[in-house]
Amino acid sequence: MPKYLLIESRDPFESRDTAFLEQTATALRQRGHEVVVFLVQNGVLAVRKNALGSYLSRLASAGVILLADDFSLHERGIQPAELQPGIQRSDIGALVDALAQEKTKAIWH
Amino acid sequence: MTERTLTLALMDPPYESANSTTALRIISAALQKGIHVNVFAYEGAVCLPLKDQMPHANPVKGTTVEQEEHPTTRALITSLLQIGDGSPLLNWVNCGLCVDERGAGNVVDGVKRGSPADFFKMAQESTNTLVIPTK
Repeated sequence: MPKYLLIESRDPFESRDTAFLEQTATALRQRGHEVVVFLVQNGVLAVRKNALGSYLSRLASAGVILLADDFSLHERGIQPAELQPGIQRSDIGALVDALAQEKTKAIWH
Repeated sequence: MTERTLTLALMDPPYESANSTTALRIISAALQKGIHVNVFAYEGAVCLPLKDQMPHANPVKGTTVEQEEHPTTRALITSLLQIGDGSPLLNWVNCGLCVDERGAGNVVDGVKRGSPADFFKMAQESTNTLVIPTK
């Protein structure tokens, strides 16, 4: 069974397109796939605890693994204590490790 | 240990999108891990390794070229090609038709000219492929 690596680069407060990612990740989880969402660039703007209506809490509840790129967090002044529960700080090396695994389907959004 | 290869398709032109920065970070991290990397640069991304790029001063801030240390994508790609000059290998292919459209043929040493057929072959022979499209 393939794993799915979804890379979200878009700001959910700017683009409604991020609903695509939530729907896709949730549907894949419901079908029993392991799903990782890696947040990068403006995609990390959804990670703050105080972000109203962030879709990330729903993904975490659905069993999706949520990783946030530390470089992108640092650029945007987002501190570790500000992260919602269920989101792990990560880095580009972890993204490469995930990409380099066999039977992993990667989608950039 | 089994050798691993990643293929990236890039489409954004330089100095337009954070996608370019992230792509170069992915390439750098993969090479550091000993993973071979193929890059197929399509559309505006063929300008990333353009040799004519020049760092510039910032007259608004009154800084010189040296003080500004303006990073160019061609310098970053030159460094990556030096790191990936053997094992691991960085194989960078620019789409030929995209190059011709843009008159962007004066690229740094090590960048090859190819076609989407090369991308297809790269993807078939790689551990994984990531397409980073324009928004």
